[in-house]
Amino acid sequence: MNTKTSDTLLLIVFSIAVLAGPVILAPFGAGYPDLLQKFAIYGIFAIGFNILFGLTGYLSFGHAAFLGVGSYAAVWMFKLLSMNIIPAVIFSVIVAGLFSLVIGFISLRRSGIYFSILTLAFAQMCYNLAYSVLTPITNGETGLQITLSDPRILDAAAEGQAPASNLFGLDMISTWETSLAGMTLQFNMGFYVCALILILSFWISMRLFRSPFGMMLKAVKSNQNRMSYTGLDTKPYTLAAFVISGMFAGLAGGLLAAMDPLAGAERMQWTASGEVVLMTILGGAGTLLGPVLGAGLIKYFENIFSAINDSTLHGVFAFLPDGLNNAVSAVLGLFVGEGWHLTLGLIFMLIVTFLPGGLIEGAQRIGRLFTSRSKADPQSGEAQSRPAPAE
Amino acid sequence: MTKFTISRRGLLKTSAVAGAGIAAPMVWSRPAYAYTNEPTGGTVTLGFNVPQTGAYAEEGADELRAYELAVEHLNGGGDGGMLATFSSKALSGSGINGKKVEFVTGDTQTKSDAARASAKRMIERDGAIMITGGSSSGVAIAVQGLCQEMGVIFMAGLTHSNDTTGKDKKANGFRHFFNAYMSGAALAPVLKAQYGADRKAYHLTADYTWGWTQEESIAAATEGLGWETVNKVRTPLGAGDFSQYITPVLNSGADVLILNHYGRDMVNSLTQAVQFGLKDKQVNGKQFEIVVPLYSRLMAQGAGEAVKGIFGSTNWHWSLQDAGSQAFVRSFGQKYGFPPSQAAHTTYCQTLLYADAAQRAGSFNPCAIAEALEDYQFDGLGNGPTLYRAGDHQCFKDVLVVKGKDNPTSQFDLLEVVDVTPAEQVTYPVDHPMFAGGELGKCNPGA
Amino acid sequence: MDAILLQILNGLDKGSAYAMIALGLTLIFGTLGVVNFAHGALFMLGAFCAVTINKLLTLQKIVLSDTEKTAWGTPLELRTPYAEAWFGDAGTWLIDWSVPVSIALALPFMFLVGLVMERGLIRHFYKRPHADQILVTFGLAIVLQEIIKAFFGANPIPQPAPDTLSGMADFGAAFGMEAGVIVYPLWRLVYFLFAAAVLGAVFCFLRFTTFGMVVRAGMADRETVGLLGINIDKRFTLMFGLAAVVAGLAGVMYTPILSPDYHLGMDFLVLSFVVVVVGGMGSLPGAVAAGFLLGILQSFASMNEVKQILPGIDQIIIYLVAVVILLTRPRGLLGRKGVMEA
Repeated sequence: MNTKTSDTLLLIVFSIAVLAGPVILAPFGAGYPDLLQKFAIYGIFAIGFNILFGLTGYLSFGHAAFLGVGSYAAVWMFKLLSMNIIPAVIFSVIVAGLFSLVIGFISLRRSGIYFSILTLAFAQMCYNLAYSVLTPITNGETGLQITLSDPRILDAAAEGQAPASNLFGLDMISTWETSLAGMTLQFNMGFYVCALILILSFWISMRLFRSPFGMMLKAVKSNQNRMSYTGLDTKPYTLAAFVISGMFAGLAGGLLAAMDPLAGAERMQWTASGEVVLMTILGGAGTLLGPVLGAGLIKYFENIFSAINDSTLHGVFAFLPDGLNNAVSAVLGLFVGEGWHLTLGLIFMLIVTFLPGGLIEGAQRIGRLFTSRSKADPQSGEAQSRPAPAE
Repeated sequence: MTKFTISRRGLLKTSAVAGAGIAAPMVWSRPAYAYTNEPTGGTVTLGFNVPQTGAYAEEGADELRAYELAVEHLNGGGDGGMLATFSSKALSGSGINGKKVEFVTGDTQTKSDAARASAKRMIERDGAIMITGGSSSGVAIAVQGLCQEMGVIFMAGLTHSNDTTGKDKKANGFRHFFNAYMSGAALAPVLKAQYGADRKAYHLTADYTWGWTQEESIAAATEGLGWETVNKVRTPLGAGDFSQYITPVLNSGADVLILNHYGRDMVNSLTQAVQFGLKDKQVNGKQFEIVVPLYSRLMAQGAGEAVKGIFGSTNWHWSLQDAGSQAFVRSFGQKYGFPPSQAAHTTYCQTLLYADAAQRAGSFNPCAIAEALEDYQFDGLGNGPTLYRAGDHQCFKDVLVVKGKDNPTSQFDLLEVVDVTPAEQVTYPVDHPMFAGGELGKCNPGA
Repeated sequence: MDAILLQILNGLDKGSAYAMIALGLTLIFGTLGVVNFAHGALFMLGAFCAVTINKLLTLQKIVLSDTEKTAWGTPLELRTPYAEAWFGDAGTWLIDWSVPVSIALALPFMFLVGLVMERGLIRHFYKRPHADQILVTFGLAIVLQEIIKAFFGANPIPQPAPDTLSGMADFGAAFGMEAGVIVYPLWRLVYFLFAAAVLGAVFCFLRFTTFGMVVRAGMADRETVGLLGINIDKRFTLMFGLAAVVAGLAGVMYTPILSPDYHLGMDFLVLSFVVVVVGGMGSLPGAVAAGFLLGILQSFASMNEVKQILPGIDQIIIYLVAVVILLTRPRGLLGRKGVMEA
């Protein structure tokens, strides 16, 4: 298959998988609106991050700042203008873009870990100030929320309680439920908005990867010096990549606020920046699909594993004799509920040790088991090589 | 993995529409319910949303223990705990409204985002009819807002900021815990009796909304006594080492240091303030004193020796001798082997209060429950006669003034109750300026 | 004036901790080229060595009382530490001095942890991209802290300094100034001196021993040293152990200042990276200098006079300084060209 056909195929399969998310994920207990939205939004965030990190190799440790700024921008739009999500999301992308332009312009004067620390420093400054001194704008610890008394100049006055965010009258929180084979399937308006934007983002990122611009960025990654020696100024390219990925982060932040009108400072903390780095590496940096998978995995653990408690475990193993049930539940209890961090840490270590290319490599290996072309495939070589962009 | 997480709610619904299998998917939308997550089977699900990771994990664990105990008691297990001493006798140990109580848990991580995500999971997937828990005001306010939007009741856990029932109050949210204003009002008379009316106070305040409301409340209360406020200094959350904020206190002329910190910040700032010799210092011919307005036994444990002789306030303490407290300490201690913290107490009470209101209302409709809780007077839950005020959904009850014990007899016996400030002294009008700026709005049943 | 002097002391004290953590971190960069996100966790493990020793020393003989009852109705437990029961006064002394005594455990334990970490895990990541190293060490850091949480709970555990060292030193009077103005906690002075001794020892070790010389040569040009027939890998492994020991010792002695909890490592992680980068990657003196510089600047920024002019400056000073230094000096204070720039 040539690249173009396989790309089209990938996009189609990806779109179907995303749109069928509520059905596919319901058996895993993850088919409820909030988590589906989070999957899509953090997928967008990771796709954007991958455009910078996967293509240019610049490891930003402050991308959460753009996400946070986007959220604040969106909530302010909700407060001042209208509960329609269109102006809010557009505004959040613009604000995040401007932020990333400034921070990127300064940080890209350095490379390697010096670049990482510069971005980290900017993001931490944003976080610390948003939490304390900038409280009039950010509402500090509590987070910026919409209230009844906000002006909202384009909307009719709300009564009783603050209105829900909507897309020309379609409420983001409205959900259709159906029952299938014993499971409740929930089709949520907000999720489908996020899903369409995720597919769009995926398509954009695919086009970027294949474009001359993308090739240029990969060249920067492989040898920046050589690029400079050919008389080419690489900075406009890297800055453009930085701003694009910052805008993706802003888009994700704006969508977070659109799904749930709240913006909190901790979205900008270094742990949040670290999380998107982990998502991308875990899934497979530089691949198209990897970051989305990584985002899904981490969010799944955060939301599902943390929710399993002792009584759930005892219920699951009720078929075992009492003593055994207690023993099994006690051991597994260390890894779920309050111990979900432990599981996450172990997963990080295992995946990066045994699957250097991230989840995508795992998927490729499984795929290879079922195909006979493994010997002929140039990418099935040594584990050390980075996998090529997804296939 | 599939086995783990088949949605319980899904199972319920299937049994409700028995026979509807793969062949006949039934479609309906939310408005089919009278209110969000109306329980249709023989059980009702409560959502316990507590910090399981992060700085407050220990408090979260204690809250969870109390919740499990409460559920046990509601379903008729154990010795019944405070059900026996509670002034309302509506609950009989047969669940709520005849339905067996079940629960789901989640991790707030002490982050608004994570807390809301976790609460949403409980509401959307697990069908929780009520959310409760939390160990910080930011989280409480964020989750309270969510519950208002989604149409379920929120029974706040440990949250001490004035804003929770002040400018961010919500019709669906209720708080049993006391607040910063009450701390100030309760502490002031004791401080005056102990340290006199001529004192100079220096505030170190955690630089976020809870810290500010407490600083404002305590400063107002102490200035009312005639104390002078020398300085108010804001410290970054999680500063760790507070030495650079403590040394300026040494030669500032102040003779009282007020630490508006909680959690690890409080443990560290208090330990370090004592290390800098503040407790043994003489200023203006008076003994230098340290005050920690919001105390918790778990924090006191973290600060060790440093708490001895330090005054503060607390919502409840296990050494109280009334029948309700004793019943609670007995059932908690027998189940877990150590006494409950104030976080455990307030969450246990909140669960009982919710269950009782639902039982009296005969419904799980949030609006009916809110009506049953509003202006409800009760007793026997360890704090004496208590009023759930309709105007702001805040409980008004006695506040304990405590002191770090000089000779603790065990690792749990760290605080002694110095004074019980009666509820009248800590009551304020609904439109008090420190609580102004918000409105309850209307109760939202969802759907 | 006295306010400034006190803040310098605060800064030196903070700087001691930063410098010790950063030194180990930069040693690992410099020798092995590994970005070690688990370094904060090593500091935390060190702190918990002190907690463990304290717990062991205060292990209590439990006798159930016949007469007294707890508030929940079970018999009251009467506890006496075994150490006191067996050794009498010497036991009491041991408990009092548990923090310094813990060094005896921390030295071998942390060295072992370092070796195991390097041989068991880090070794496989030398040729991998830095991003992979970050992922695996971050995972390790989470696992370590969760293990500590499972054993010791999430609450901070206080570790008192020995009685004789927990008072105040009249620093000003010692230098002929007015008494009672520049007073400073003794333990913090001890910590500063301890840090100075550890840092000095590491420098002397690298400067004046053959082993150290080879390591320094290896840091400058690993291949050439390898070609000379020297097993540089083995030495680098030992350096990892040394870095772990330095972080661990910093943790042990810090416990009376900061009650340790399982999250301690993460709190210091970002900060220590900033210190290392500001000092210049792979530069040992740079890390130490940056540690003290940032400590002192952080203290000054917290002074009320400064905060009145620039509100919130104490929240961001570290990062602000990092940005300014990195923009004016591309490789930090004392960094070498080409280290970790790609």
